[in-house]
Parts: sequence; structure tokens; C-alpha cells
Amino acid sequence: MSHAGTIDHHHDATTATGIPNKKLFMWAFLASDCMFFGALISTHLIYRLHPPPGSPSPRQIFSIELTSFSTFILLMSSLLMALAVNAIQKNYLTSTRHNLLGTIFFGLIFLGCQVYEFTHFVHEKGLTLSNSLFGSTFYTLTGTHGCHVAIGVLWLILTYIRSFKPAGADAGRPWLAGAFFHFFIFALTIVAGMATVLSGVHAHLAREPFREFISHNLLAVGTTIVGLAILTYLGRSRGAVEFGEANAIDVESMGLYWHFVDIVWIVIFTAVYLLEYL
Amino acid sequence: MDTTAHAPLITQEEPVAAKRPWLFTRPTAKTGLVSWLTTVDHKRVGLLYGFSALFFFLVGGVEALFIRIQLAVPNNTFLQHQTYNELFTMHATTMIFLAVMPLSAAFFNYIMPLQIGARDVAFPRLNGFAFWVFLAGAIILNVGWFIKSGAPDSGWFGYAPLTSNAYSNQFAGDISTDLWVMGLQILGVSSVIGSLNFIVTIINLRAPGMTMMRLPVFTWMTLITAFLIILSFPAITIALVELMMDRNFATNFFEVSNGGLPILWQHLFWVFGHPEVYILILPAMGIISEILPTFSRKPLFGYPIVVFSGACIGFLGFGVWSHHMFTTGMGTVATAAFSLMTMAIAVPTGVKIFNWIGTLWGGHLQMRTPMMFALGFIWMFMMGGFSGIMHSAAPADSQQQDSYFVVAHFHYVLIGGSVFGLLAGIHYWFPLVFGRKVSEFWGKLSFWVVFIGFNTTFFPMHFLGLNGMPRRTAVYDGNMGWNTPNFIATIGAFILGIGIAIYFAVMIYTYFKGQKAGRDPWDARTLEWAIPNPPPEYNFAVTPSVHARDAFWHEKHNREEALTAKAATAHSASAHGGIHMPSQSWFPILTAGGMLIGSLFLANHNYIGAICGGGLTFLGAYLWALEGPGGYHMHPEPEANGKDSPAKH
Repeated sequence: MSHAGTIDHHHDATTATGIPNKKLFMWAFLASDCMFFGALISTHLIYRLHPPPGSPSPRQIFSIELTSFSTFILLMSSLLMALAVNAIQKNYLTSTRHNLLGTIFFGLIFLGCQVYEFTHFVHEKGLTLSNSLFGSTFYTLTGTHGCHVAIGVLWLILTYIRSFKPAGADAGRPWLAGAFFHFFIFALTIVAGMATVLSGVHAHLAREPFREFISHNLLAVGTTIVGLAILTYLGRSRGAVEFGEANAIDVESMGLYWHFVDIVWIVIFTAVYLLEYL
Repeated sequence: MDTTAHAPLITQEEPVAAKRPWLFTRPTAKTGLVSWLTTVDHKRVGLLYGFSALFFFLVGGVEALFIRIQLAVPNNTFLQHQTYNELFTMHATTMIFLAVMPLSAAFFNYIMPLQIGARDVAFPRLNGFAFWVFLAGAIILNVGWFIKSGAPDSGWFGYAPLTSNAYSNQFAGDISTDLWVMGLQILGVSSVIGSLNFIVTIINLRAPGMTMMRLPVFTWMTLITAFLIILSFPAITIALVELMMDRNFATNFFEVSNGGLPILWQHLFWVFGHPEVYILILPAMGIISEILPTFSRKPLFGYPIVVFSGACIGFLGFGVWSHHMFTTGMGTVATAAFSLMTMAIAVPTGVKIFNWIGTLWGGHLQMRTPMMFALGFIWMFMMGGFSGIMHSAAPADSQQQDSYFVVAHFHYVLIGGSVFGLLAGIHYWFPLVFGRKVSEFWGKLSFWVVFIGFNTTFFPMHFLGLNGMPRRTAVYDGNMGWNTPNFIATIGAFILGIGIAIYFAVMIYTYFKGQKAGRDPWDARTLEWAIPNPPPEYNFAVTPSVHARDAFWHEKHNREEALTAKAATAHSASAHGGIHMPSQSWFPILTAGGMLIGSLFLANHNYIGAICGGGLTFLGAYLWALEGPGGYHMHPEPEANGKDSPAKH
């Protein structure tokens, strides 16, 4: 592993332009993704201009407070992502991990809000994929963005787990099985945690006593707590690892993707939500 | 190809696979099936693309012959109308996505890294992955021929609402349109991934001294095509996503009864579809721009203008899509604007043609087979361009829309243009790739048969179209005055078929028995000819340093300097551990296999299977990431000075 600050993160001497290959690849991919979201957002806006008779009124469906909150969270996750990139460029491994976890956590809050929003719209407001054109474009557009966030969270988790790969792991140590176990626990904790929080919100809205909430959701709450405990245990520092300053470009490429997904959300939030309140 | 022929050059190879867990054991086979399934060599990936594309080119050709037999005489009963619909849909889809695009990709893969003096593409495993994903898409598109649903039948641009459940499902469980949707989606993934790789490769992996304005024109056209692909494919991806949502999850994007607008499909499709025609033609233009100077014994006339014209075509190509939709009633302003843009895009195209003529002017023309195809390209592509200009005038187009005139037009630009260019490229680079030279007599014979057959087939279609024959009709009445041109076209199609058969028979013969070609047989100008043929795995024993446009030509005329520079580079490279080679990998094909399985289940509306396929894709991609890039070093012996220089001079 290299020492802190010995790598020039702004110039790659092995390429013709000095731009690292992975970074250039990501920029080109994001250009492509711009067109991807451009087509989806255009579809939404075109149908907004040509609503069929009997279309639902978006203002009566949206909960702008909730979406503003999740938008704020997503933007703040970009800050944590930038801090993670900065930390790995200085070879501060622990700080990198903490910021990655923070980004994951904020991304999950955003996704949780979206799950809540979708559930709420379907069950309370009666907006489904198929019962109106607005439902079709709204769910397809925001759902596609949600998939991008979910892929970003998955990528962050995989990078986080990879940062524990011990140095010299090629010599046959069973780190791969450990990595899969780590990932499995991570996924399980996320699912259980989200279930806990969402049923907690529903319990709160239904004014259910805390004790009843716990007893109704014992499995989810228990799994979350045990999962978090195991994750804390797995997340401790365990000697020398391969991951270091040389991987800054991997984190940075991931960061570019993450920031892009955030920026797209700003556009979607404006075009889909705020536009209805003009 | 037998790469062991180069084994004596390698003095040291590190045993990389010794201590890794079995899951990550890198395959090291250099010959045999495993070496092809796990290859990361851009030349082998190029050959895989090439052979698959030629196979599908023949499939698409046979489909075309069936169509022409049906149309040979009025009221023919050779084909059922349903079969006819499947044939014209699959003929177009196959020729565009499974023949011309991958054949261009074959040249991008094989030739472009050699032209810029690179050892491989920027992401070798991703390159292999793009090919396997392409193959998955090709299988999904064609699987319909072998199942009850039949092949896709709603036309290659799948206009809504023909693709809706109401119109396209002849019986419960008819998944032909779902297969079309998934197949195109998967092919889009392949094209975008491949193109991202080419973009990074061209921008970042150029040899020292190879500035952007010294890039060979073919490499420039590769770059522009790659940008067109990454920027235009998202539009069809979204169109297909919306269609898939409509078909699988009952959304209303194109569902008229719930307020959906079928015209949206047309816009999204042609926002992709029009750049797509430049994706098909620009690589051929690049190939022509390599062949004409070589056989005119002159540098390309107006290199910067040719390059900027190509970029200009690519840029304007995004602003002309609605000329496919003049009859949809867009309104006068939109129609006039798109009409003007379409006329404007003819300008850079015309500029290129004049530059090619300028290249020929005053040159010592050598009428070899590649040159014949290249000259055929210029003439035939101009014919297609002229009828194209006619379409740009909206009033004229409203008469020509959906008639055989349009069929004649796009076959002139696609066969006379793209296919002639690609056939020229195969002849031109055959000695480099396989080390053998195609017989001039048989090469020229195939050219003339193809040329005559092509014109006999498609020239009469102009008259058919102007006489009102609509495209995509399985039968016509005998008293419409269409009998003679149709019969001539069918005869022409068979002549064309015979020409193509001769072409490939000659290629296969040459591959096994052809005359061995020396190094640089055409006395060419670009770097791919600086290496032995067939090229060694590592391409360049010493990374070339470039001092001028037409780098190899410059090297041949400044031999002493070039040899000194080469020796210095070789010395320093050797001191830095020799040539770094990427390791082969199983994970690209495994990941693509996951996508194939998932897509087939998704087309079958089986979501559990689709999730399993997605899981396999994820697993493959994760193990791919954990496996790491790998790599080993090679130390080829520097070649003796006499061998290292070209045979001539």
C-alpha cells in the first residue's frame, strides 16, 4: 500500500490525457444516462401537457413536505460521498468507511421515503401504475430513479465490504465467504430495518402503543438489532487491508455516479413535484 | 488463429494462477474453445463479432430472398401473410442490429486499437462482455423462429399501437413482441458498453505523439459513432421500457383508450433511429477514407475537413428525426424546421464526397479489389443520397412515404453505402488479420456480380414506389403495372445473392489456401500495418511513437530515426517489466449468460425466473469486480532490424 499523499489524484501518467480511464468511462456513461432520464422526464412532461379527461390532480396526491425532506437527505448524502472521496485520497481508511456508511444510510432514508410514498399513494390515494396516465409516468420515472439510487446503495455497500479484504488475500484465505456473509447480513439488516421503521410509522399514525408495536414486529425489530450488532462486529478494523489510496479512483467514480443521481433527482423534483405548485 | 506461432518471442511469462482461490483461477488457455470463451484480446473479440455478424448477414439475406420470391409475381401464395410480416420485420432487425452494427464493431475492435498504437482496449473484460451480451440479444431476437409464438412481426420500428397486447398477440401467450423488446434492449446494453469502452480507448490509449488530429480517419469515425451510440440508444431504451411496462404491467404510455399517445413512440424511436442511420454509415465512411488514399498513393485530401464533416453529421443527426414523420401532421413550423435540417445535413455529407474525389484526383490509382468496393461505395452512396434529398422536401416526401421509393433509398445507402464499405474493409484488412491475400480475379468478379445484382434489385424499386406500390405488402394485384419491375428486382436479388456467395466462398478459400501476404502488402499509411501478420497477441513489440499524420508512412520514410527511437523505447519498456497483458476471465460470459436467462424469462412474463437471471448477472458482475484486473508480463525479443521494417523500400 502506498503512503498518504503520494499519488497524484488529478493526473494519471499512464493515459494520453492524464484523466484516469475509470473516470472518463464514468463521465461518458453519465452523458448517456442524461439522455436516458431526458427521455423519461420528457415523457412525463408531454403527458402532463396532454392529460386525458378524468386525470387525477397531482397536488391532491403529493405530500410535498415528505418529498422535500427526502430530497434534502439525498443532497446531504452527496456531501458525505464527497467527504468519503476526500478521505480515501488522503488514505484515511476509517474516515472513508464512516462516510460510505453515512452515504448508504442517507440513501436508504431516501429509498424508505419512496417506498412509503408509493405505498401511501397506492393504498390511500388510489394512484396505480395502470389506472391513469399520470400514475404510469409518475411511477415509471420516479421508480427508475429509485432503481438508480438502489444500484448506487448496492455499489456503496459492495465497496464498503471490499475495503475489509485483507492484504495478501490471494494466498487462499477464505475472505470471499466472509464477504458474502457480510453482504448477506447487510441486506438482511436493511430489509428488516426498513420494515421496522415503516411499520413504526404506520403504528405511530394509528396511535398504536409502543409495546404493541414491538410485540407485533418482534421478528423485524429483533433481526434489525442483531443485524446491526453483527455489522458493528464485522466493521471493526482487522489488520492490514488491500484497500487504500490506490483505490481512490474507484471511490471517486462511484461518487460521480452518486452525485449524478442526486442532480437528476433535483430535476425530477422540480419537473414532477414543484411544477405542480406553481 | 493459432497464436502459439508467436511463442518463441516470449521469454518469460509469470504463472499468475498459482496461488489464487479456485473460483478466481484465471484461464490461461491460448488455443481451443476455452481461450475463445474467456478471451479479452480485442482482436479475438473483433473476430467473434465479425463471424457472428457475417452469419446473421447470411440469415438476413436468406430472409430477403424469401421476400423477393413472394413478390416475384402478383398474387403469389409462396408465403403466408403472417410469415411475410415476420420475415420483413426480422430481415430489417437482423440486418441493422445483427449484421451491419456488429460488423462495424468488429472493425472497431480489431483495427482501431492497432491504429492508435495501443495494446488493447481500455477495459478488456468489458469488451468481451459487450460481445457476449450482443450474442445474447441476437439469440433472444431469433428464438421466436423455433417456438410457437413465431418471430417478431410488427415491423422493425414497432410502431404503437401495433405492438400493444390488443394488436400483436394472435393468441394467448404470444410473446413474439416481448422477445423483440427484450432482444433490442439487450443489444442496446451491448452497444452502449462497447462504445463507452471505445471512447475511453481512443481518448486515453493513444501512443505517444498520436494527437487527436493525427488519428486515422477510421478511428475518428469510430469515436463519433461511439458518441452517437451512447447518446441515441437511451431514447430507444426508454421507449422499450415504456412499451415493456405497457405489455407487462398494464401502464398506459401508448394505450390510446386511456389517453396514451402512439405518436410519442414514433418520436422516441426516431430520436434514436435517425442517429442510428449515421451509426450504420459513419464506420463505412471511415473505412473508405483509409482505402482511397492507400490505393490513390496520396494522403487523404482535406483531412481536417473530413473529420469535422463527420462530427458535423453526427451532431446534426440528432436534429432531423422528425423527417420520418412528415405525414403525421406535426404542423407547418416543425415540418419546415426538420425539412431544413435534413437539407442541411446533406452538406457535410457532400463535403466528404468531394474530399474523396479530391483524394482520387491526380493519384496513381491502383484498381485492387478494396478500391473497387470503395469506388462502388462513393457512386452508390451518392445515388442513395440523391433520393434522400428528395425525401427532405416534405411535400415530395408525403407522396413517397411508405412506398417502394423509400425502400430503394435506404437500400442504396445501406447496401450501396454501409455494406459496400464493410465489404471493402474485409478485403482491405484480410491480409493483416489472416496473413493471406485474396485473389484479385475472384475478388473483382464478386464485386461486379454484387454491383450488378444490387442495382438490378433496387433500381426498379424507385419506379415501383413512384407508381404507388406500398412497402410491407405481401401481395399485389396483377393489373397495377408493377409486375415487370418486381420480377426484375427478384432476378436481381438472386444475382446479388450469388455475388455474396462468391465473395464469401473466395474468403473461405483464401483463409485456408490463399497466397501468403508479406508484411504491409498494400504499402499503407497507418499503424496497423507496422506489425507482423497475423498480429501477435501483444500487437506492438515496442509502443510506437508518432511524429506525423499517416504515422506508418512517415516511419517508412524516416527509417533511421524511427529505429533509434524504437530501440530507446524498447530499452526503457523492458526495464519497466516488459509488456503488460490482461488476464483472461470467465466472468464476462457468465454475467452475459445471466442477462440472457433473465431476459428470456422476462419476455415470457415469468418474474421469478427473471429475478434469478438478474441474480446471476449480479453474482457474475460482483465476482468479476472481486477477481480484479489481473495481468501478466511478456518480454518479446526485439525483432532484428531487417525483419522489423516493411518489405518494400
